Amino acid sequence: MLTLSVNGRDLSLDVDPDTPLLWVLRDELRLTGTKFGCGMAQCGACTVMLDGLPTRSCVTPVGSATGARVTTIEGMRGREIEAVQAAWAAIDVPQCGWCQSGQVMSATALLRETPRPSDADIDRAMSGNLCRCATYLRIRQAIHAAARTLEG
Amino acid sequence: MPILSRRNFLSAGAGFTLLLVLPVRSGRTQGGPPGLPATPNAFIRVGADDTVTVIIKHLEMGQGPYTGLATLVAEEMDADWSQIRAEAAHADDALYRNLAFGVQGTGGSTAIANSYIQMRKAGAAARAMLVAAAAADWGVHPSEITVRAGRLSHPSGREAGFGTFAAAAAGMEVPQDPPLKDPADFVLIGTNVPRLDSAAKANGTAEFTLDLYREGMLTVVVAHPPAFGATVASWDDAAALKVRGVEMVRQIPSGIAVYARNTFAAIKGREALQIQWEEAKAERRSTAEMFEDMSEALEGARVVEQSGEADALDGAAELLEAEYRFPYLAHAPMEPLDAVIEVTDGRAQLWYGCQFPAIDRPIVAQTLGLATDAVRINVLFAGGSFGRRAQGDGHFAAEVAHVAQAAGRDGAFKLLWTREDDIRGGYYRPATLHRLRAGLDAEGRIVGWENRIANQSIMAGTALEAFMQNGLDPSSYEGSNDLPYAVGARRIAWARVDSPVPVLWWRSVGHTHTAFAVEVFLDEVLERAGKDPVRGRLELLGPEATRHRAVLEKVAEFADWKGRTREGRGYGVALAKSFGSHVAQIVEVENGGSLPRVTQVWCAIDCGVAVNPDIIRAQMEGGIGYALSAALYGAITLDGTGRVQQSNFDSYRLLRIEEMPQVHVAILPSAEPPTGVGEPGVPPLGPAVANAWRALTGRPVRQLPLAQLPA
Repeated sequence: MLTLSVNGRDLSLDVDPDTPLLWVLRDELRLTGTKFGCGMAQCGACTVMLDGLPTRSCVTPVGSATGARVTTIEGMRGREIEAVQAAWAAIDVPQCGWCQSGQVMSATALLRETPRPSDADIDRAMSGNLCRCATYLRIRQAIHAAARTLEG
Repeated sequence: MPILSRRNFLSAGAGFTLLLVLPVRSGRTQGGPPGLPATPNAFIRVGADDTVTVIIKHLEMGQGPYTGLATLVAEEMDADWSQIRAEAAHADDALYRNLAFGVQGTGGSTAIANSYIQMRKAGAAARAMLVAAAAADWGVHPSEITVRAGRLSHPSGREAGFGTFAAAAAGMEVPQDPPLKDPADFVLIGTNVPRLDSAAKANGTAEFTLDLYREGMLTVVVAHPPAFGATVASWDDAAALKVRGVEMVRQIPSGIAVYARNTFAAIKGREALQIQWEEAKAERRSTAEMFEDMSEALEGARVVEQSGEADALDGAAELLEAEYRFPYLAHAPMEPLDAVIEVTDGRAQLWYGCQFPAIDRPIVAQTLGLATDAVRINVLFAGGSFGRRAQGDGHFAAEVAHVAQAAGRDGAFKLLWTREDDIRGGYYRPATLHRLRAGLDAEGRIVGWENRIANQSIMAGTALEAFMQNGLDPSSYEGSNDLPYAVGARRIAWARVDSPVPVLWWRSVGHTHTAFAVEVFLDEVLERAGKDPVRGRLELLGPEATRHRAVLEKVAEFADWKGRTREGRGYGVALAKSFGSHVAQIVEVENGGSLPRVTQVWCAIDCGVAVNPDIIRAQMEGGIGYALSAALYGAITLDGTGRVQQSNFDSYRLLRIEEMPQVHVAILPSAEPPTGVGEPGVPPLGPAVANAWRALTGRPVRQLPLAQLPA
């Protein structure tokens, strides 16, 4: 058995330690907000927080996450994610929507570190998150909007 | 859910609901026998809680039909946007056909265009029935009742929401041809009502196929042949079956299927398979060899359009010639192909982002030996498609049905293609070769134009072959044979080539290459004739091409066009009509070294009535980003053994956020019927980039992607 802390809950799981965290979250825990896109950390659709840092769960063996706090989009709380999700809806960022959980996670992590990001900061933080619908302009716009909200 | 009767009641969680069933006649049905009686369509459910749920007959894969079709209904119902919900229609050709196709399906940027009158009629009928019910209850004449923002009211002071009369309205006569609003009275159409799916897609709760888990469900991945056209010679599953979680392995027509209790076990099991492949009939040519064969095939190209003097080019003072090469392209939607199927007691139920229910449903039924009525397809959000899920041969529906059948027992199965399966799985935009010639007279006027095209046919060999005429597949050359320009005598010809590599429509289909070939070659010809790219095009546009002219003039105006270069930047223009919409784009590029850095794009579109301008803008932005990915990086290539050389996003590169240009969109005001927006943003972008790059560097672009150009 393997122990894992997910969204504030300590869990015991009977899974192989080489199983990617992504598939444990989805297949075992049914936390399906985290998406599969590539399986090799190229697209960012599977982004979760590991001890608060954005991490690609598709290349993270669950065995390596046993001591860490895993937070998925379902477990995110706080001003930053609320501001990000509100901006995402207000600006109608999503098209197909598949990559957007990962985009929201990366954007939230950025705003926690950098409350007033420049366009260059946004490019750096979001470059690992592919969007095939190319909603990039609205992602940038929404991050700026969320930053303004957080500034009050 | 029995909804085939003209009207009926449903007991839903919120109380009684009205399911409005409307007779709607299709004026444009293709392929169906004439004289059929009107078919009922079920589109609207009014809840006791005042919610109005619009049943959406088109797949929501990002382009906004949930919001767009619901807007049309809400407008004519005089509903308030806050009470509107949307849900997907299941597969049912009789109820939910695309009026442009005659059968159920999403594609060709037709969702709004074919629904514009139909959905408004549905809304108007629902409104009339609610008014009739209120009038009967209040003892007043229906004409005295006002409906505004979802509230029915009477001068006497009586007022109620829709939910109050939902049940009674269901008993009212269904108006056969309810009058529609004068567009001057539109409240919602033409405004930016917020998308109905944004919030759920921003918080991870939107349900996609992969998110569905059924009791006892097994996850399945399939080992496909390493070369197109190869088949299984022999296989050994001993090691695969030792992988913890793998339940069974079966051969199906498309490969070897591994069934497991979770996704990772299925993937590991597949890796442990030992398979010998028979490759005698496989495609073994390299991409370069395929282009050589296309070049030869051009000699025998069949004329698809000819006008003017056949020998016009022979008499030209100057002859220009160019060849353009376009590679195979994968659609690469972020959600790879997936589906859930559950077979129980002689019935099958499926859940997935089904784009062509009319094709998929009978294929599933036939594969499983069931009647079509015994197959239900529940349509879920699709994480992108761009054409990939619109399969004329229904190959994915067939594969999931074979997976269920080969299991040899009832149960639920989720079939998933990994990213490698997606990139290497074929169904590409056809690799295409264009060879163009143009003749100029002594004054620099274009006197003749010839365009020969070689590629595979998308429709041949599929259920859509019936749409081909005389062996010609218009999707192979569309956009080359309906030029708006006066270029003298014209000769357009197409050569069909064949390959075991399956091909498919890719966002804007033939226009992905025809617009490039035409607009890039024309740019070179205009330069040779000493013409400005914008003014030169305008001079060639005939008086009947008013909408072409309007978008070109608009984009030149708001991009402040001043010629091909300015302060170290290159500018390029391109114009294309596709899916009924006219789009002109101007692109600004900087020299990023071996590749252009695209900094800004100006885009003018005329798509008729703009139902939701913000969604149109989003589609132009998205189409531009999608097209720029392809222009810069997109290529699927085969090595000398028929192996695809790309496999994931590291080798099939997509545009990233730092490469996305600023996009400025102008939507021309129009009272014409709405036309497409999902695809038309794509065709002008590639040629405009190439033209801007040539303006800046002097280097002509004769093949895509730009990243493969010799340095």
